[in-house]
Amino acid sequence: MIQFDAVHKRFPNGAEAVHDLSLDLPEGGVTVLVGSSGCGKTTTLRMINRMVEPTSGTIRVGGKDVQQQDAAELRRSIGYVIQQAGLFPHRTVLDNVATVPLLLGHGRKQARARAAGLLETVGLAADVGKRYPHQLSGGQQQRVGVARALAADPPVLLMDEPFGAVDPVVRSQLQDELLRLQEELNKTIVFVTHDIDEAVRLGDRIAVFRTGGHLVQCSSPTELLARPADDFVAGFLGAERGLKLLSLRTLAAVPQGPAPGGGGTWTLVLDEARKPLHWASEDGEVPVRPLKDTDSLLSALNESVASPTGLIARVDAAGTLTGVSSRDDIHSHAGQAHSEARVAA
Amino acid sequence: MTLDWSWISGHTDDLTTLTLSHLQAALTAVLLGLLISLPLAVVAHRVRPLRGFLLGISNVLFTIPSIAIFVLLLPVSGLTRTTTVIGLTIYTLVVLLRNTVEGLDSVPLKTKEAAKAMGTRPLRTLLTVELPLALPVIMAGVRIATVMSISLVSVATYIGDGGLGQLFTDGFQRNFPTPVIAGVALTILLAVAADALLVALQYVLTPWKRRRA
Repeated sequence: MIQFDAVHKRFPNGAEAVHDLSLDLPEGGVTVLVGSSGCGKTTTLRMINRMVEPTSGTIRVGGKDVQQQDAAELRRSIGYVIQQAGLFPHRTVLDNVATVPLLLGHGRKQARARAAGLLETVGLAADVGKRYPHQLSGGQQQRVGVARALAADPPVLLMDEPFGAVDPVVRSQLQDELLRLQEELNKTIVFVTHDIDEAVRLGDRIAVFRTGGHLVQCSSPTELLARPADDFVAGFLGAERGLKLLSLRTLAAVPQGPAPGGGGTWTLVLDEARKPLHWASEDGEVPVRPLKDTDSLLSALNESVASPTGLIARVDAAGTLTGVSSRDDIHSHAGQAHSEARVAA
Repeated sequence: MTLDWSWISGHTDDLTTLTLSHLQAALTAVLLGLLISLPLAVVAHRVRPLRGFLLGISNVLFTIPSIAIFVLLLPVSGLTRTTTVIGLTIYTLVVLLRNTVEGLDSVPLKTKEAAKAMGTRPLRTLLTVELPLALPVIMAGVRIATVMSISLVSVATYIGDGGLGQLFTDGFQRNFPTPVIAGVALTILLAVAADALLVALQYVLTPWKRRRA
Protein backbone atom coordinates (compact mmCIF):
# COMPACT_ATOMS: atom_id res chain seq x y z
CA MET A 1 0.00 0.00 0.00
CA ILE A 2 2.79 2.39 0.92
CA GLN A 3 6.24 1.77 -0.50
CA PHE A 4 9.45 3.62 0.23
CA ASP A 5 12.14 2.91 -2.32
CA ALA A 6 15.67 4.10 -1.53
CA VAL A 7 14.36 7.31 0.02
CA HIS A 8 16.80 9.92 1.31
CA LYS A 9 15.99 13.22 2.95
CA ARG A 10 18.62 15.84 3.64
CA PHE A 11 17.47 19.21 4.94
CA PRO A 12 18.95 22.46 3.56
CA ASN A 13 21.07 22.81 6.72
CA GLY A 14 22.81 19.54 5.80
CA ALA A 15 21.19 17.38 8.47
CA GLU A 16 20.30 13.94 7.19
CA ALA A 17 16.80 13.10 8.39
CA VAL A 18 16.18 9.87 6.51
CA HIS A 19 18.94 7.59 5.20
CA ASP A 20 18.31 5.13 2.38
CA LEU A 21 14.88 3.98 3.49
CA SER A 22 13.26 1.08 1.71
CA LEU A 23 10.12 -0.13 3.39
CA ASP A 24 6.93 -1.79 2.23
CA LEU A 25 3.78 -1.30 4.26
CA PRO A 26 1.02 -3.74 3.27
CA GLU A 27 -2.63 -2.73 3.08
CA GLY A 28 -4.50 -2.66 6.38
CA GLY A 29 -2.96 -2.74 9.82
CA VAL A 30 -1.11 -0.30 11.99
CA THR A 31 2.57 0.39 11.41
CA VAL A 32 4.19 2.33 14.23
CA LEU A 33 7.34 4.33 13.57
CA VAL A 34 9.32 4.69 16.80
CA GLY A 35 12.64 6.18 17.81
CA SER A 36 14.05 8.99 19.89
CA SER A 37 13.58 12.56 18.70
CA GLY A 38 15.50 13.49 15.58
CA CYS A 39 15.52 9.93 14.23
CA GLY A 40 13.53 10.83 11.11
CA LYS A 41 10.26 9.10 12.00
CA THR A 42 8.11 12.22 11.61
CA THR A 43 9.94 13.21 8.43
CA THR A 44 9.26 9.72 7.07
CA LEU A 45 5.56 10.10 7.87
CA ARG A 46 5.35 13.58 6.34
CA MET A 47 6.95 12.46 3.09
CA ILE A 48 3.97 10.16 2.48
CA ASN A 49 1.59 13.11 1.94
CA ARG A 50 4.32 15.42 0.61
CA MET A 51 4.38 17.74 3.61
CA VAL A 52 8.11 17.05 3.21
CA GLU A 53 9.66 16.28 -0.18
CA PRO A 54 12.34 13.56 -0.35
CA THR A 55 15.81 14.49 -1.62
CA SER A 56 15.90 11.28 -3.66
CA GLY A 57 14.05 7.99 -4.00
CA THR A 58 10.38 7.30 -4.64
CA ILE A 59 7.35 6.88 -2.41
CA ARG A 60 4.26 5.16 -3.73
CA VAL A 61 0.81 5.10 -2.21
CA GLY A 62 -1.54 2.53 -3.72
CA GLY A 63 1.05 1.94 -6.46
CA LYS A 64 1.16 5.58 -7.57
CA ASP A 65 4.26 7.75 -7.17
CA VAL A 66 3.27 10.61 -4.85
CA GLN A 67 5.66 13.00 -6.64
CA GLN A 68 3.61 12.60 -9.82
CA GLN A 69 0.38 13.72 -8.13
CA ASP A 70 -1.01 17.12 -7.33
CA ALA A 71 0.07 17.70 -3.71
CA ALA A 72 -3.24 19.19 -2.51
CA GLU A 73 -5.31 16.40 -4.09
CA LEU A 74 -2.97 13.76 -2.69
CA ARG A 75 -3.33 15.22 0.82
CA ARG A 76 -7.13 15.17 0.57
CA SER A 77 -6.95 11.45 -0.17
CA ILE A 78 -4.83 10.72 2.94
CA GLY A 79 -6.11 11.27 6.48
CA TYR A 80 -3.72 13.17 8.72
CA VAL A 81 -3.99 13.44 12.50
CA ILE A 82 -1.71 16.22 13.68
CA GLN A 83 0.17 16.59 16.97
CA GLN A 84 -2.10 18.18 19.57
CA ALA A 85 -5.01 17.89 17.12
CA GLY A 86 -4.20 21.14 15.20
CA LEU A 87 -7.87 22.07 14.86
CA PHE A 88 -9.01 25.31 13.23
CA PRO A 89 -9.83 27.59 16.18
CA HIS A 90 -12.31 29.71 14.18
CA ARG A 91 -14.45 26.82 12.96
CA THR A 92 -16.97 24.83 14.92
CA VAL A 93 -16.14 21.22 15.66
CA LEU A 94 -18.59 20.13 12.97
CA ASP A 95 -17.01 22.37 10.33
CA ASN A 96 -13.54 21.23 11.39
CA VAL A 97 -14.54 17.65 10.71
CA ALA A 98 -16.21 18.66 7.42
CA THR A 99 -13.00 20.31 6.12
CA VAL A 100 -11.91 17.72 3.58
CA PRO A 101 -15.40 16.85 2.22
CA LEU A 102 -15.89 20.59 1.61
CA LEU A 103 -12.54 20.81 -0.17
CA LEU A 104 -13.62 17.89 -2.32
CA GLY A 105 -16.64 19.93 -3.38
CA HIS A 106 -19.34 18.15 -1.40
CA GLY A 107 -22.33 20.27 -0.42
CA ARG A 108 -22.21 21.91 2.99
CA LYS A 109 -25.28 20.05 4.20
CA GLN A 110 -23.96 16.68 3.08
CA ALA A 111 -20.50 17.38 4.53
CA ARG A 112 -21.98 18.37 7.90
CA ALA A 113 -24.20 15.31 8.01
CA ARG A 114 -21.15 13.14 7.38
CA ALA A 115 -19.25 15.07 10.09
CA ALA A 116 -22.04 14.56 12.61
CA GLY A 117 -21.95 10.81 11.97
CA LEU A 118 -18.18 10.77 12.50
CA LEU A 119 -18.43 12.56 15.85
CA GLU A 120 -20.52 9.64 17.00
CA THR A 121 -18.00 7.17 15.54
CA VAL A 122 -15.19 8.67 17.63
CA GLY A 123 -17.37 8.70 20.73
CA LEU A 124 -18.39 12.36 20.99
CA ALA A 125 -21.88 13.64 21.83
CA ALA A 126 -23.75 15.38 19.00
CA ASP A 127 -23.91 18.73 20.83
CA VAL A 128 -20.10 18.94 20.78
CA GLY A 129 -20.42 19.71 17.07
CA LYS A 130 -21.69 23.25 17.67
CA ARG A 131 -18.79 24.16 19.96
CA TYR A 132 -15.43 25.70 19.12
CA PRO A 133 -12.19 23.75 19.69
CA HIS A 134 -11.06 25.87 22.67
CA GLN A 135 -14.20 24.82 24.53
CA LEU A 136 -13.12 21.16 24.41
CA SER A 137 -10.77 19.14 26.62
CA GLY A 138 -7.50 17.87 25.17
CA GLY A 139 -8.88 14.37 24.79
CA GLN A 140 -12.02 15.62 23.04
CA GLN A 141 -9.92 17.76 20.67
CA GLN A 142 -7.86 14.71 19.81
CA ARG A 143 -11.02 12.74 19.00
CA VAL A 144 -12.16 15.57 16.73
CA GLY A 145 -8.74 15.41 15.06
CA VAL A 146 -9.28 11.71 14.33
CA ALA A 147 -12.83 12.37 13.06
CA ARG A 148 -11.51 15.11 10.75
CA ALA A 149 -8.88 12.75 9.34
CA LEU A 150 -11.55 10.10 8.66
CA ALA A 151 -14.06 12.49 7.08
CA ALA A 152 -13.36 11.68 3.44
CA ASP A 153 -12.99 7.97 4.24
CA PRO A 154 -9.34 7.81 3.11
CA PRO A 155 -7.73 4.36 2.85
CA VAL A 156 -4.56 5.67 4.52
CA LEU A 157 -4.34 7.43 7.88
CA LEU A 158 -1.19 9.20 9.07
CA MET A 159 -0.97 9.93 12.80
CA ASP A 160 1.86 12.10 14.11
CA GLU A 161 2.21 11.59 17.89
CA PRO A 162 -1.54 12.18 18.17
CA PHE A 163 -1.83 11.28 21.85
CA GLY A 164 1.35 12.96 23.04
CA ALA A 165 -0.30 15.94 24.72
CA VAL A 166 -2.94 14.23 26.86
CA ASP A 167 -2.67 12.72 30.34
CA PRO A 168 -1.97 8.96 30.74
CA VAL A 169 -5.58 8.02 31.57
CA VAL A 170 -7.05 9.80 28.54
CA ARG A 171 -4.18 8.53 26.45
CA SER A 172 -5.01 4.95 27.31
CA GLN A 173 -8.70 5.58 26.50
CA LEU A 174 -7.80 7.08 23.13
CA GLN A 175 -5.55 4.11 22.35
CA ASP A 176 -8.42 1.72 23.12
CA GLU A 177 -10.74 3.79 20.92
CA LEU A 178 -8.26 3.72 18.07
CA LEU A 179 -7.98 -0.08 18.29
CA ARG A 180 -11.77 -0.36 18.34
CA LEU A 181 -12.09 2.00 15.32
CA GLN A 182 -9.39 0.13 13.44
CA GLU A 183 -11.24 -3.15 14.01
CA GLU A 184 -14.26 -1.53 12.38
CA LEU A 185 -12.58 0.41 9.55
CA ASN A 186 -9.36 -1.53 8.80
CA LYS A 187 -7.40 1.43 7.43
CA THR A 188 -3.72 1.40 6.57
CA ILE A 189 -2.42 3.43 9.51
CA VAL A 190 1.05 4.88 9.95
CA PHE A 191 1.52 6.04 13.51
CA VAL A 192 4.50 8.00 14.89
CA THR A 193 5.40 7.91 18.58
CA HIS A 194 8.46 7.97 20.81
CA ASP A 195 6.67 5.82 23.39
CA ILE A 196 7.59 2.15 23.00
CA ASP A 197 4.66 1.01 25.18
CA GLU A 198 2.24 2.83 22.88
CA ALA A 199 3.96 1.21 19.89
CA VAL A 200 3.66 -2.30 21.38
CA ARG A 201 0.03 -1.67 22.27
CA LEU A 202 -1.10 -0.30 18.90
CA GLY A 203 1.24 -1.72 16.30
CA ASP A 204 0.76 -4.70 14.01
CA ARG A 205 4.27 -3.79 12.87
CA ILE A 206 6.86 -1.64 14.57
CA ALA A 207 9.62 0.16 12.69
CA VAL A 208 12.48 1.29 14.94
CA PHE A 209 14.55 4.25 13.73
CA ARG A 210 17.97 5.32 14.94
CA THR A 211 19.35 8.88 14.94
CA GLY A 212 20.44 9.86 11.45
CA GLY A 213 17.33 8.41 9.88
CA HIS A 214 18.37 4.76 9.78
CA LEU A 215 15.64 2.13 9.92
CA VAL A 216 17.05 -0.56 12.22
CA GLN A 217 14.26 -3.11 12.43
CA CYS A 218 10.70 -3.50 11.21
CA SER A 219 8.81 -6.47 12.56
CA SER A 220 5.80 -7.57 14.60
CA PRO A 221 5.78 -6.49 18.27
CA THR A 222 6.32 -10.09 19.40
CA GLU A 223 9.30 -10.58 17.12
CA LEU A 224 10.74 -7.22 18.06
CA LEU A 225 10.52 -7.98 21.77
CA ALA A 226 11.75 -11.58 21.43
CA ARG A 227 14.55 -10.85 18.97
CA PRO A 228 15.74 -7.26 18.84
CA ALA A 229 18.03 -6.83 15.84
CA ASP A 230 20.85 -5.20 17.78
CA ASP A 231 21.87 -3.56 21.04
CA PHE A 232 20.33 -0.26 19.99
CA VAL A 233 16.88 -1.80 19.57
CA ALA A 234 17.27 -3.83 22.77
CA GLY A 235 18.23 -0.66 24.64
CA PHE A 236 15.31 1.22 23.17
CA LEU A 237 12.89 -1.53 24.20
CA GLY A 238 14.17 -1.16 27.76
CA ALA A 239 14.96 -3.45 30.67
CA GLU A 240 11.34 -4.65 30.95
CA ARG A 241 11.40 -6.03 27.41
CA GLY A 242 10.58 -9.53 28.73
CA LEU A 243 7.53 -8.24 30.59
CA LYS A 244 6.35 -6.16 27.61
CA LEU A 245 6.14 -9.36 25.59
CA LEU A 246 3.70 -10.69 28.20
CA SER A 247 1.46 -7.68 27.61
CA LEU A 248 0.81 -9.11 24.13
CA ARG A 249 -0.49 -12.44 25.47
CA THR A 250 -3.79 -13.10 27.21
CA LEU A 251 -4.14 -15.36 30.20
CA ALA A 252 -6.90 -17.44 28.59
CA ALA A 253 -4.68 -20.53 28.36
CA VAL A 254 -3.59 -20.47 32.01
CA PRO A 255 -5.39 -23.27 33.91
CA GLN A 256 -7.70 -22.39 36.77
CA GLY A 257 -8.92 -24.27 39.83
CA PRO A 258 -11.51 -23.76 42.59
CA ALA A 259 -11.09 -20.82 44.93
CA PRO A 260 -9.78 -21.67 48.42
CA GLY A 261 -12.67 -21.69 50.87
CA GLY A 262 -12.49 -21.89 54.67
CA GLY A 263 -9.59 -23.73 56.30
CA GLY A 264 -6.70 -21.78 54.76
CA THR A 265 -5.27 -18.58 56.14
CA TRP A 266 -6.76 -16.44 53.37
CA THR A 267 -10.29 -16.65 52.00
CA LEU A 268 -11.56 -15.06 48.81
CA VAL A 269 -14.70 -13.16 49.81
CA LEU A 270 -17.49 -12.93 47.23
CA ASP A 271 -20.67 -10.92 47.12
CA GLU A 272 -24.09 -12.54 46.56
CA ALA A 273 -23.59 -12.40 42.77
CA ARG A 274 -20.33 -14.36 43.23
CA LYS A 275 -18.22 -11.35 42.30
CA PRO A 276 -14.82 -11.29 44.10
CA LEU A 277 -14.57 -8.55 46.74
CA HIS A 278 -11.26 -9.06 48.58
CA TRP A 279 -8.95 -11.52 50.29
CA ALA A 280 -9.68 -11.89 54.01
CA SER A 281 -7.74 -13.37 56.93
CA GLU A 282 -7.50 -12.85 60.69
CA ASP A 283 -4.97 -10.09 59.97
CA GLY A 284 -7.29 -8.08 57.73
CA GLU A 285 -8.32 -7.61 54.10
CA VAL A 286 -6.38 -7.20 50.86
CA PRO A 287 -8.16 -5.82 47.78
CA VAL A 288 -8.43 -8.08 44.75
CA ARG A 289 -8.51 -7.10 41.09
CA PRO A 290 -10.31 -9.91 39.21
CA LEU A 291 -9.06 -10.64 35.68
CA LYS A 292 -10.90 -11.75 32.56
CA ASP A 293 -9.58 -14.16 29.92
CA THR A 294 -8.90 -11.20 27.65
CA ASP A 295 -6.58 -9.54 30.18
CA SER A 296 -2.86 -9.84 29.53
CA LEU A 297 -0.43 -12.31 31.00
CA LEU A 298 1.48 -9.27 32.26
CA SER A 299 -1.46 -8.05 34.36
CA ALA A 300 -1.92 -11.63 35.67
CA LEU A 301 1.72 -11.77 36.72
CA ASN A 302 1.43 -8.37 38.34
CA GLU A 303 -1.71 -9.37 40.22
CA SER A 304 -0.27 -12.69 41.39
CA VAL A 305 2.82 -10.97 42.80
CA ALA A 306 0.61 -8.60 44.78
CA SER A 307 -1.82 -11.28 45.95
CA PRO A 308 -1.27 -12.57 49.54
CA THR A 309 -1.92 -16.15 48.33
CA GLY A 310 -0.14 -15.92 44.98
CA LEU A 311 -3.51 -16.66 43.42
CA ILE A 312 -5.41 -14.47 41.00
CA ALA A 313 -9.22 -14.36 40.80
CA ARG A 314 -10.58 -15.18 37.33
CA VAL A 315 -14.00 -13.92 36.26
CA ASP A 316 -16.22 -14.13 33.19
CA ALA A 317 -17.44 -11.16 31.14
CA ALA A 318 -20.17 -10.49 33.72
CA GLY A 319 -17.64 -10.34 36.56
CA THR A 320 -18.69 -13.64 38.18
CA LEU A 321 -15.91 -15.80 39.63
CA THR A 322 -14.89 -18.72 37.42
CA GLY A 323 -11.86 -19.87 39.42
CA VAL A 324 -8.34 -18.96 40.51
CA SER A 325 -4.91 -19.41 38.91
CA SER A 326 -1.62 -19.88 40.71
CA ARG A 327 1.57 -17.84 40.47
CA ASP A 328 3.41 -20.97 39.29
CA ASP A 329 1.00 -21.61 36.43
CA ILE A 330 1.18 -17.97 35.34
CA HIS A 331 4.95 -18.05 35.56
CA SER A 332 5.29 -21.18 33.47
CA HIS A 333 2.96 -19.73 30.83
CA ALA A 334 5.05 -16.57 30.79
CA GLY A 335 8.14 -18.67 30.13
CA GLN A 336 6.28 -20.60 27.47
CA ALA A 337 5.22 -17.35 25.78
CA HIS A 338 8.88 -16.37 25.50
CA SER A 339 10.04 -19.67 24.08
CA GLU A 340 7.19 -19.64 21.54
CA ALA A 341 8.08 -16.09 20.52
CA ARG A 342 11.71 -17.12 20.01
CA VAL A 343 10.68 -20.04 17.81
CA ALA A 344 8.18 -18.00 15.80
CA ALA A 345 10.68 -15.20 15.26
CA MET B 1 -18.76 81.44 24.91
CA THR B 2 -22.37 80.51 25.04
CA LEU B 3 -24.04 78.30 22.48
CA ASP B 4 -26.43 80.00 20.12
CA TRP B 5 -29.12 77.29 19.91
CA SER B 6 -31.12 79.23 17.34
CA TRP B 7 -28.13 79.06 14.93
CA ILE B 8 -28.01 75.32 15.41
CA SER B 9 -31.73 74.81 14.85
CA GLY B 10 -31.53 77.05 11.79
CA HIS B 11 -28.66 75.04 10.30
CA THR B 12 -29.67 71.39 10.87
CA ASP B 13 -29.66 70.68 7.13
CA ASP B 14 -26.14 72.10 6.73
CA LEU B 15 -24.92 70.19 9.78
CA THR B 16 -26.36 66.93 8.44
CA THR B 17 -24.81 67.45 5.02
CA LEU B 18 -21.40 68.29 6.52
CA THR B 19 -21.54 65.29 8.89
CA LEU B 20 -22.34 62.89 6.05
CA SER B 21 -19.66 64.40 3.84
CA HIS B 22 -17.17 64.14 6.71
CA LEU B 23 -18.05 60.51 7.33
CA GLN B 24 -17.90 59.65 3.65
CA ALA B 25 -14.38 61.05 3.28
CA ALA B 26 -13.12 59.15 6.32
CA LEU B 27 -14.78 55.82 5.47
CA THR B 28 -13.68 55.90 1.82
CA ALA B 29 -10.11 56.46 2.99
CA VAL B 30 -10.23 53.52 5.41
CA LEU B 31 -11.75 51.20 2.79
CA LEU B 32 -9.15 52.21 0.20
CA GLY B 33 -6.43 51.86 2.81
CA LEU B 34 -7.64 48.35 3.58
CA LEU B 35 -7.74 47.42 -0.12
CA ILE B 36 -4.15 48.60 -0.54
CA SER B 37 -2.91 47.16 2.76
CA LEU B 38 -4.25 43.62 2.35
CA PRO B 39 -2.20 42.60 -0.69
CA LEU B 40 0.85 44.53 0.53
CA ALA B 41 0.57 42.88 3.96
CA VAL B 42 0.35 39.43 2.38
CA VAL B 43 3.54 40.20 0.44
CA ALA B 44 5.25 41.62 3.55
CA HIS B 45 4.17 38.58 5.56
CA ARG B 46 5.36 36.01 3.03
CA VAL B 47 8.49 37.71 1.67
CA ARG B 48 10.57 38.55 4.74
CA PRO B 49 13.10 40.83 2.97
CA LEU B 50 10.27 43.09 1.72
CA ARG B 51 8.67 43.39 5.13
CA GLY B 52 10.95 46.05 6.58
CA PHE B 53 10.92 47.94 3.30
CA LEU B 54 7.10 48.14 3.04
CA LEU B 55 6.57 48.97 6.71
CA GLY B 56 9.36 51.56 6.44
CA ILE B 57 7.67 53.30 3.52
CA SER B 58 4.34 53.46 5.37
CA ASN B 59 6.16 54.94 8.37
CA VAL B 60 7.89 57.59 6.26
CA LEU B 61 4.60 58.57 4.58
CA PHE B 62 3.07 58.97 8.03
CA THR B 63 5.71 61.52 9.04
CA ILE B 64 4.75 63.95 6.23
CA PRO B 65 2.68 66.75 7.80
CA SER B 66 -0.96 66.49 6.73
CA ILE B 67 -1.18 69.99 5.24
CA ALA B 68 1.96 69.28 3.21
CA ILE B 69 0.39 66.12 1.78
CA PHE B 70 -2.65 68.03 0.56
CA VAL B 71 -0.44 70.74 -0.94
CA LEU B 72 1.76 68.15 -2.64
CA LEU B 73 -1.32 66.48 -4.11
CA LEU B 74 -2.78 69.73 -5.51
CA PRO B 75 -0.97 69.50 -8.89
CA VAL B 76 -2.24 65.93 -9.23
CA SER B 77 -5.86 66.07 -8.21
CA GLY B 78 -6.58 69.74 -7.49
CA LEU B 79 -9.03 71.15 -4.96
CA THR B 80 -11.23 68.08 -4.90
CA ARG B 81 -12.61 65.37 -2.62
CA THR B 82 -10.14 63.02 -4.37
CA THR B 83 -7.25 64.95 -2.84
CA THR B 84 -8.80 64.65 0.61
CA VAL B 85 -9.35 60.92 0.24
CA ILE B 86 -5.86 60.22 -1.16
CA GLY B 87 -4.27 62.15 1.70
CA LEU B 88 -6.29 60.37 4.35
CA THR B 89 -5.69 56.97 2.71
CA ILE B 90 -1.92 57.50 2.90
CA TYR B 91 -2.23 58.04 6.65
CA THR B 92 -4.34 54.95 7.23
CA LEU B 93 -1.65 52.77 5.64
CA VAL B 94 0.74 53.01 8.57
CA VAL B 95 -1.75 51.40 10.94
CA LEU B 96 -3.56 49.10 8.53
CA LEU B 97 -0.43 47.68 6.92
CA ARG B 98 1.33 47.05 10.23
CA ASN B 99 -1.71 45.49 11.90
CA THR B 100 -2.53 43.29 8.93
CA VAL B 101 1.04 42.00 8.81
CA GLU B 102 1.00 41.39 12.55
CA GLY B 103 -2.40 39.74 12.30
CA LEU B 104 -1.11 37.34 9.66
CA ASP B 105 2.01 36.70 11.77
CA SER B 106 -0.21 35.82 14.73
CA VAL B 107 -1.85 32.87 12.95
CA PRO B 108 -0.35 29.73 14.59
CA LEU B 109 2.00 27.79 12.33
CA LYS B 110 0.28 24.58 13.48
CA THR B 111 -3.05 25.82 12.09
CA LYS B 112 -1.53 26.71 8.72
CA GLU B 113 0.19 23.32 8.63
CA ALA B 114 -3.15 21.64 9.36
CA ALA B 115 -4.81 23.49 6.47
CA LYS B 116 -2.01 22.42 4.13
CA ALA B 117 -2.08 18.82 5.35
CA MET B 118 -5.84 18.63 4.76
CA GLY B 119 -5.20 19.58 1.14
CA THR B 120 -6.11 23.28 1.21
CA ARG B 121 -4.36 25.32 -1.49
CA PRO B 122 -2.46 28.50 -0.49
CA LEU B 123 -5.04 31.07 -1.70
CA ARG B 124 -7.90 29.27 0.01
CA THR B 125 -5.80 28.95 3.18
CA LEU B 126 -5.22 32.72 3.08
CA LEU B 127 -8.90 33.54 2.59
CA THR B 128 -10.53 30.94 4.84
CA VAL B 129 -7.94 30.37 7.55
CA GLU B 130 -5.30 33.10 7.78
CA LEU B 131 -7.42 36.21 7.25
CA PRO B 132 -10.25 35.12 9.58
CA LEU B 133 -7.75 34.32 12.32
CA ALA B 134 -5.91 37.61 11.71
CA LEU B 135 -9.21 39.50 11.88
CA PRO B 136 -9.06 40.62 15.54
CA VAL B 137 -5.65 42.26 15.01
CA ILE B 138 -6.71 43.73 11.65
CA MET B 139 -9.90 45.11 13.20
CA ALA B 140 -7.90 46.77 15.95
CA GLY B 141 -6.04 48.60 13.16
CA VAL B 142 -9.27 49.46 11.33
CA ARG B 143 -10.65 51.04 14.50
CA ILE B 144 -7.58 53.22 15.00
CA ALA B 145 -7.49 54.15 11.29
CA THR B 146 -11.18 55.08 11.33
CA VAL B 147 -11.00 57.31 14.39
CA MET B 148 -7.78 58.88 13.10
CA SER B 149 -9.33 59.59 9.68
CA ILE B 150 -12.46 61.10 11.20
CA SER B 151 -10.33 63.54 13.18
CA LEU B 152 -8.07 64.29 10.21
CA VAL B 153 -10.78 65.15 7.66
CA SER B 154 -11.00 68.68 9.10
CA VAL B 155 -7.47 69.45 7.93
CA ALA B 156 -8.75 69.29 4.35
CA THR B 157 -10.59 72.55 5.01
CA TYR B 158 -7.39 74.18 3.70
CA ILE B 159 -8.15 72.83 0.25
CA GLY B 160 -11.82 73.75 0.42
CA ASP B 161 -13.09 70.35 1.64
CA GLY B 162 -12.94 69.14 5.21
CA GLY B 163 -16.53 68.22 6.11
CA LEU B 164 -17.24 69.41 9.64
CA GLY B 165 -13.88 71.24 9.57
CA GLN B 166 -15.58 73.97 7.56
CA LEU B 167 -17.49 74.88 10.70
CA PHE B 168 -14.19 75.68 12.44
CA THR B 169 -13.03 78.18 9.81
CA ASP B 170 -16.49 79.67 9.64
CA GLY B 171 -16.61 80.17 13.41
CA PHE B 172 -13.06 81.54 13.65
CA GLN B 173 -13.55 84.01 10.82
CA ARG B 174 -16.71 85.43 12.35
CA ASN B 175 -15.48 85.08 15.94
CA PHE B 176 -18.64 83.07 16.55
CA PRO B 177 -18.02 79.98 18.75
CA THR B 178 -21.25 78.03 18.15
CA PRO B 179 -20.26 76.40 14.79
CA VAL B 180 -16.84 75.47 16.26
CA ILE B 181 -18.40 73.78 19.28
CA ALA B 182 -21.01 72.05 17.12
CA GLY B 183 -18.26 70.83 14.75
CA VAL B 184 -16.13 69.45 17.58
CA ALA B 185 -19.15 67.75 19.19
CA LEU B 186 -20.26 66.15 15.93
CA THR B 187 -16.72 64.98 15.12
CA ILE B 188 -16.43 63.30 18.52
CA LEU B 189 -19.90 61.79 18.17
CA LEU B 190 -19.02 60.45 14.72
CA ALA B 191 -15.77 58.90 15.97
CA VAL B 192 -17.43 57.25 18.97
CA ALA B 193 -20.35 55.94 16.88
CA ALA B 194 -18.07 54.57 14.16
CA ASP B 195 -15.88 52.86 16.75
CA ALA B 196 -18.89 51.29 18.45
CA LEU B 197 -20.16 50.00 15.10
CA LEU B 198 -16.76 48.46 14.37
CA VAL B 199 -16.73 46.72 17.74
CA ALA B 200 -20.18 45.32 16.92
CA LEU B 201 -18.99 44.26 13.46
CA GLN B 202 -16.02 42.45 14.95
CA TYR B 203 -18.32 40.67 17.40
CA VAL B 204 -20.46 39.46 14.51
CA LEU B 205 -17.46 38.40 12.41
CA THR B 206 -15.61 36.44 15.13
CA PRO B 207 -18.16 34.08 16.71
CA TRP B 208 -15.37 31.81 18.04
CA LYS B 209 -14.10 34.60 20.30
CA ARG B 210 -17.37 35.04 22.15
CA ARG B 211 -17.68 32.26 24.66
CA ARG B 212 -14.58 31.29 26.56
CA ALA B 213 -14.79 27.82 28.01
